[in-house]
Amino acid sequence: MPKDEYTSRDFKVVGTRPIRPDGIEKVTGKARYGADISAPGMLWGAILRSPHAHARIKGIDTSKARAMKGVKAVITRADFTHQPEDSGMADILDNCMAGDKARYDGHAVAAVAATSKSIARAALAAIEVDYEVLPHVTDVDEAMKTGAPVVEPGRQQESVPEGYCENVTGRSQYGHGDPESGFEQADLIVERSFKTAATHQGYIEPHACLATLDSDGQGDLWVCTQGHYMVRNVCAGVLGLDAGQLRVTASEIGGGFGGKTHVWMEPTALMLARKSGKPVKLVLSRDEVFRATGPTASSSVDVKIGMTSEGKITGATATYRLQAGAYPGGIAFLSAMCGFAPYDLENVRTEGFEVMTNRPKAAAYRAPGAPMGAYPVESVIDELCQKLDLDPLETRLKNAAREGTRSSYGPTYPAIGLEATLEAAKSHPHWSAPLGENQGRGVACGFWFNFGGDTCVSLMVNPDGTVSLSEGNPDIGGSRASMTMMAAEELGVPLDQVRTIIADTASLGQNEVTDGSRVTFAVGLATIKAARHAIEIMKERAAMTWGIDPEAVDWRDGAAHPAGPNAGKFPPMTIKEIAAIASNTGGPIAGHHEVNAEGAGVSFATHMVDTEVDPETGAVKVLRYTVFQDAGKAVHPDYVEGQFQGGAAQGIGWAINEEYIYGDDGRLQNAGFLDYRIPVASDLPMIEPVILEIPNPGHPYGVRGVGETSIVPPLAAIANSVSRAAGVRLTSLPMSPPRVLAALKAQ
Amino acid sequence: MRFETPTSVDQAVALLAADPEARVLAGGTDLLVRLRAGQIAPSAIIDIKRIREMTVISQEDGGWRIGAAVPSAEMNEHAALKADWPGVVESADLIGSTQIQGRATLAGNLCNASPAADSVPAMMAARATARIAGPDGTRDVAVEGIPTGVGKTSLEKGELVTSIFLPAKPAHSGDAYLRFIPRTEMDIAVVGCGISLTLDDQGKISDARVALGAVAPTVILSQSCADTLIGTAGDDAALDALAAAASAEAKPIDDKRGTIAFRKDVVGVLAKRAAKIAITRAGGKTGGET
Repeated sequence: MPKDEYTSRDFKVVGTRPIRPDGIEKVTGKARYGADISAPGMLWGAILRSPHAHARIKGIDTSKARAMKGVKAVITRADFTHQPEDSGMADILDNCMAGDKARYDGHAVAAVAATSKSIARAALAAIEVDYEVLPHVTDVDEAMKTGAPVVEPGRQQESVPEGYCENVTGRSQYGHGDPESGFEQADLIVERSFKTAATHQGYIEPHACLATLDSDGQGDLWVCTQGHYMVRNVCAGVLGLDAGQLRVTASEIGGGFGGKTHVWMEPTALMLARKSGKPVKLVLSRDEVFRATGPTASSSVDVKIGMTSEGKITGATATYRLQAGAYPGGIAFLSAMCGFAPYDLENVRTEGFEVMTNRPKAAAYRAPGAPMGAYPVESVIDELCQKLDLDPLETRLKNAAREGTRSSYGPTYPAIGLEATLEAAKSHPHWSAPLGENQGRGVACGFWFNFGGDTCVSLMVNPDGTVSLSEGNPDIGGSRASMTMMAAEELGVPLDQVRTIIADTASLGQNEVTDGSRVTFAVGLATIKAARHAIEIMKERAAMTWGIDPEAVDWRDGAAHPAGPNAGKFPPMTIKEIAAIASNTGGPIAGHHEVNAEGAGVSFATHMVDTEVDPETGAVKVLRYTVFQDAGKAVHPDYVEGQFQGGAAQGIGWAINEEYIYGDDGRLQNAGFLDYRIPVASDLPMIEPVILEIPNPGHPYGVRGVGETSIVPPLAAIANSVSRAAGVRLTSLPMSPPRVLAALKAQ
Repeated sequence: MRFETPTSVDQAVALLAADPEARVLAGGTDLLVRLRAGQIAPSAIIDIKRIREMTVISQEDGGWRIGAAVPSAEMNEHAALKADWPGVVESADLIGSTQIQGRATLAGNLCNASPAADSVPAMMAARATARIAGPDGTRDVAVEGIPTGVGKTSLEKGELVTSIFLPAKPAHSGDAYLRFIPRTEMDIAVVGCGISLTLDDQGKISDARVALGAVAPTVILSQSCADTLIGTAGDDAALDALAAAASAEAKPIDDKRGTIAFRKDVVGVLAKRAAKIAITRAGGKTGGET
């Protein structure tokens, strides 16, 4: 268990809504994103991609491309002479540049660097690839069948029982009790199967980087990523470089949502730079982003839940089949862990199957696996409530997990906020607002673990008493604002005395990727500890000046004070005064903190949504949406509300229109924002965020991560709303108009 | 690639006639997208926006001549045009976004020859004609005579559309265009329907034109749909017959944007809804018994 870090206090800065420190740069277009940087002598990189879903690469002839004027380097897999020992690293290399076969439509097979973009494009067209097309499989259920085309043999783990197709690479199981005996106690059992489509994170900024790599092994990489330390470590591992020789700097980032926690093309840029001896810029097109990065898994799920007529769940099981794409891995185990996590159950079992298919490698997407974990479970609970004439919020409260509950995935919960979100939902005016014809109201709960991880922060007190704070996580959700606020809070100085920057990989120790909703929690914790470290030093300097014991010095309101009358009568020394004489009292003052942060504090949310279904066209309109979520402590409430709204907005897209559409040829048919339909502004109502604050015992200020939980309930909340509006249970996402109309007509 | 900016129709025709690989640029909202996607590689782009007559909306014989380079945003700001042909103006106003509206043109939408083009069913219903200039002079062609297939037109070598003409609106007439998209904007029609009709002194429909979009390789101008309305007062039975006729006329495909069944259903729904708007605009009443 994490040690109890939390103490209650009155905040001066935390909880206010100051203007964001990166705002002016961004609204004036000066902020530098991945593609916004150039270097003298720079070349343009471009990648040739497989037009086949599955094909053996019999040969690649690059001679014509190499002979073209302006082409400075052409690479294929043969140029990657370092073969990583680690199978995960080897898979990343193979995904960046195909080896003996192309495993999906869009798989990279060669790359060029040229003096202009148009020459680079022409050079790609001059590369001749001899493919032997192989049978392919892109559907998760098809891929599990005996006799399905095997994406890569020999990757099945021991966890998979005998008799499964080799595409099934992993199986996980969770739960406790005996669901079968639980079902015997039920008054009603509902058992249903569900499907969700693969969805893309849909970040606005395509992947981009600028690489140099010299013959002495020293390299620099400027890259749009959620984790430049991860990029450094992976590129070093894939290319056989020393991590210390490769400096990676993170650009500003135009969204990631998990899709930029992976390496897709950075080793390619470095290899082109090495071979050409020039800086190489590589910017993916939107088409490439859709075909070769990102999407999260599609899923196929069976759920069975038994309930008493009073609404108590007596037994529950779920089987999750998720596609991992073209490489082993996958997130079905997370679905299997998260699905029933909101509930206090005596008898629950879940299992997850990881399945390889001829699709791009499935990537993290905001609470990976949890939305498809919750959607089938929350749908079946809603159906049970309808059939037993029970209130869906009361029923969830009756089964809600609380402090001391043994979770469905194992651990016992400390203080958690699920009941608070359900109670807030019950008393909100939205719950009692009237509904019109063809309208329905849905509710659903969601869970996410949250994460801490390796974190380093350095806090410098400058000679003029201002503060420079360095963190190592790209600011994707307002971390510069939050860290600045927490540092100012702890030091007792005005906000404008602190500036936070994102340091490169050579300037701080290892930092985990910006994922798992970890940054405000873990980097915040390290910031507070680094500030406390600096305060201890400043107290020592004041004590030295006054000639008293450091223990006799207090720190408050940005100044050292004698602890009491016995300590001596000295006027306070402010941070400015202490900084001004630092050179004479022992040298520069800096605090730092390095930690593998534990105690992230799990997070719960309840969502409520009203929709209207057009009975003649199947079109779904989202009328009203309210998010109730536990933030632990909202450091900057604007950003917290933005996370709540953003998760709901992405969930609305996932529920209603977004899907990867494959043709019979195994090729992606909608690699663009025209036919991959994320919601536009006019598709969304105002999404009302309601922040609950149940302090996390694992953080000094009680902070919990908030970035991911908000995408967990929407799929089910919207499905429940639409199902009630349409009068028919919808079990397949997206609930696009043709699907809804077909369901209405089948009634 | 050359970029040409002729200042007269004759210059544009000469440039086009001399170079079969040249492409005309009006708003560019289709051309530039296809260019960037690598689907086309023209030898020259001929920008028509410097040709004065192509950039104006003018009254002619009680109707409206709309230059081929007039963006839909200008049509939307033209109160008199909008009062006469609200369905046509609204159909163009549905295309793309506010930014695209500042560029996209009726003539470009027509010559792109997509069956899902929003303004084309509305123009067909309105009996719009396209004026074509070419090496052999000028000719006027009904809008339905321009697209011949997906991405194909009847324009000959050296020809370009210089304007669209919307005829004088008959008394007691109204038009409307509706489309179905899964989103609320920034999308391409899964199904579209344009209707224009005229009422007689008794409030019965004396003339009707019904055009169905995105349900065949080219927009369908449906006489059988029109026949369900003519002679009726647009009562419920007539509208149900219209919906059935529209569904029967539609010959859609299954694709990433919709299924055959969905399109056949929804084209009827839209026809009915568009007819109601057109009747109301013509001064009639809808929804009554026969």
